[in-house]
Amino acid sequence: MSQRIVVDPITRIEGHLRVEVEIDGSQNIKSAYSAGTMVRGIETILKGRDPRDAWAYAQRICGVCTLVHGIASVRSVEDALKYPIPVNANLIRNLMIAAQYVHDHVMHFYHLHALDWVDVVSALSADPTETSRLATSISKWQKSSPGYFSDVQKKLKKFVESGQLGIFSNGYWGHKEYRLPAEANLMATAHYLEALDWQKEVVQIHTIFGGKNPHPNFVVGGAPSPISINSNQSSTTALNINGLQMIANVIERMMEFVNEVYVPDTITIAKFYKDWFKRGEGVKNFMSFGDFPDKDINDIGSFFIPRGVILDRDLSKIHPVDLNDPEQIKEFISHSYYDYKGGKDTGLHPYDGETNLNYSGPKPPYQQLDIDKSYSWMKSPRWRGKPMEVGPLARILMLYAKGHKPTIDLANYALKELDVPITAMFSTLGRTAARTLETKIIGDKMQGWLSSLISNIQKGDLSVHNNELWSPSSWPDECQGVGFMEAPRGALAHWIVIKNKKIANYQAVVPSTWNAGPIDKDGNRGPYEAALMDNHQLLDAKQPIEILRTIHSFDPCIACAVHISGDEGINEMIQIKIG
Amino acid sequence: MQKLNATLMDELNRRGISRRSFLQYCVVLASTMGLSPVMANQLPEKLLNTKRQSVIWLSFQECTGCAEAITRADKLTLENLIFNFISLDYQHTLMAASGSAAEEAKHNAIEKNKGKYILIVDGSIPIKDGGVYSTVAGETNLDILKRDAKDAMAIVSLGSCAAFGGLPQAQPNPTGAVSVDEIIKDKPIINIPGCPPIPNIITGVLAHVLTFGIPTLDQYKRPVAFYGSSVHDNCYRRPFYDKGMFATNFDDEAARSGWCLYKLGCKGPMTHNACAVEKWNGGVSFPIQSGHGCIGCSEKDFWDSGGFYESMASPVVSAETISMAAVAGVGVGVAATALNKIKKAKSLKNSEPVTIKDLKQEEA
Repeated sequence: MSQRIVVDPITRIEGHLRVEVEIDGSQNIKSAYSAGTMVRGIETILKGRDPRDAWAYAQRICGVCTLVHGIASVRSVEDALKYPIPVNANLIRNLMIAAQYVHDHVMHFYHLHALDWVDVVSALSADPTETSRLATSISKWQKSSPGYFSDVQKKLKKFVESGQLGIFSNGYWGHKEYRLPAEANLMATAHYLEALDWQKEVVQIHTIFGGKNPHPNFVVGGAPSPISINSNQSSTTALNINGLQMIANVIERMMEFVNEVYVPDTITIAKFYKDWFKRGEGVKNFMSFGDFPDKDINDIGSFFIPRGVILDRDLSKIHPVDLNDPEQIKEFISHSYYDYKGGKDTGLHPYDGETNLNYSGPKPPYQQLDIDKSYSWMKSPRWRGKPMEVGPLARILMLYAKGHKPTIDLANYALKELDVPITAMFSTLGRTAARTLETKIIGDKMQGWLSSLISNIQKGDLSVHNNELWSPSSWPDECQGVGFMEAPRGALAHWIVIKNKKIANYQAVVPSTWNAGPIDKDGNRGPYEAALMDNHQLLDAKQPIEILRTIHSFDPCIACAVHISGDEGINEMIQIKIG
Repeated sequence: MQKLNATLMDELNRRGISRRSFLQYCVVLASTMGLSPVMANQLPEKLLNTKRQSVIWLSFQECTGCAEAITRADKLTLENLIFNFISLDYQHTLMAASGSAAEEAKHNAIEKNKGKYILIVDGSIPIKDGGVYSTVAGETNLDILKRDAKDAMAIVSLGSCAAFGGLPQAQPNPTGAVSVDEIIKDKPIINIPGCPPIPNIITGVLAHVLTFGIPTLDQYKRPVAFYGSSVHDNCYRRPFYDKGMFATNFDDEAARSGWCLYKLGCKGPMTHNACAVEKWNGGVSFPIQSGHGCIGCSEKDFWDSGGFYESMASPVVSAETISMAAVAGVGVGVAATALNKIKKAKSLKNSEPVTIKDLKQEEA
């Protein structure tokens, strides 16, 4: 006997995601289906516009990982135009991207993922003194006194007693899968609230360089952040001596929270859920496009996060990735709401992307997807025909495989604390732990990049923008390029074709498409679906917390899933998917 | 705002809040809410008498930037809002419950608070092809909005997509995206545009709705207190504009010295928002202060109002039909080409709006 369980909306994510699973009589997940349910049409909207404007449109694919599409977009135009950017602009981008990682990952852990493991209602019965003892045993964080936890508890109590649970309404509170002691629940809830406050300061790094957050500004050819050494307040920019000092301070305080709260909390919570290191493995293949160039995006060897593919868990061999090779990255639509002229089973490289929208799902309102046919707005991207997992776990494995010592040391420390082998990383909690580890690893690089920027300024190099190719009159009639980055959620690339100074084609293949896409022509599943089918038994089919844990371990970002045909034919088509 | 009656003091004591910190808080809040002095004096009482009001937040064709934005508010914070002002009974990004449990939470809140809850909407609504381009729990956004708006007290359209259609509605509007007020006609609607809106303005307007009701709105349903003047009017670089001192690329001496970004395409003069006053993220900066021109993200149709780096020789009229006479003081005489001057003169004479499109046509 099999039963279909539907979870829609999947909340505590970015965007609109629906998951359906089939369970057997013992409530084991036998098959799983992941569906993006919202499209906007940004591809069609971008067509015919000034390539220098594209970043602002593309950036609105996602307001959570708010800078990634802006960065990928300006890099795609720069690649097409062979447009070098100043060293300082590269440092500013590295700092902004790294700040995004730290911000995004911490907020994901506390605000999007924690409630899968932390029972807020249980925190009411915690002993504040015991909570303080627990907190001080794992960290030097100052806010750890019994009085502090008692205040947080009182605040929660008043909230719960009001009878209006607000965002906590109808959670699976009291579910047997919640295994933390009340004290750990109270500690984590206090940190949930602290992180909500903490993140406001982290984004100030974006605000100084890019003027605001969410959606900071970028510019093709560099950074729109002129450096002002003028001390006159009425005649200055945000990036002056005060701004630089503020960035240094923010990084320091930000990393204190990562080191003293986020890292120890992850390990402490994970200790109570060690069976979750044995389920939720995805497709066993991992891919990174690489990021954080030393000086120049074309110097792939200088990337702090290496580029490559790991196949079938084999860390001894890193396969090279070429974004321009038509045989490597292809997209399939066998179960997506699109048609290809060559048929539903054809795969196309993004430069040859063909896109014909064809919604063939059930007419709303509907109860179930027709999973034998098309069931998602997402396509299924593949590398050499294979599904790939992208994101923090892929990057940590890549750094580990390449012998990056801080990564090896930190990973070994965490594994030892948890008393699990390295293979435990191939799991739901392995993915969550990898996100925590990389937050520290990447955050620890930031003061160095800032020092380099300050040192350049001291030497008199104020350059942040290369104006040489700014004017479209300096561009060739036709060119194309690819802009890539490692977004917090994984490998991201935008492909652009420029004709007569305007965008003729624009395509993005983004992390959540790699992870969340539907079944391909060969019946291969993407990482979300594969992970849900790895050793998941639902304790209570009406409260499928297990599905949320594994889906949230990927940090879904389902902002946009769009493939809409124009009237002008294949070459004029533009596509963007999943943020 | 100095006196509190005995009842209010009792209430404060009950809540364990000191009079001094509460009054300080009221002062900050009054500015965030854009209150007049008279209303500011009434604020303490209004606050203490406020029950946490049910808020249902619907997310449609959006990028979650607006939900992220509200977490950045630092005067009236989201935490404060949730613990003291509102019961956020349905909000996809933050709520614990998923799937049917989430939908049930919404249903329960609506049933319990009929006619009293505030509906927040972020994202536009696609209406083409029966609305198949965006569904939640198998239902179209259109059906959800119509049903959930029915018993709402008021609707807050948060961000440029919900308020004006935003990016999804940009030409050629592939999914037939529309704003909330194109669908709902029989409810009070407050638009808080911006991509995203300024965080403190989001919470400030919500606090106003909860304490004093709907704030004074302009013809585009925007709170006048925050959208009444242009970014340009309050910009710290305005003196450079007035003197004709402009940056001509992103990294020249003028750019480094904080001169006006008008020639780099700044849309500050056409953009009604409080960025230059309120600034962003703790008052650290705003786009122009960091060195990029305003892209006009709180104006209707800003995505289709000409390139972000094309300088507006005259105010681009898209959000509202301003006659040139009304804005003559803004752009006249500075950095306008001779051609533009001709068009401006014509417009002034005829009280016609000028757009970048007009100027291009003349050039052609």
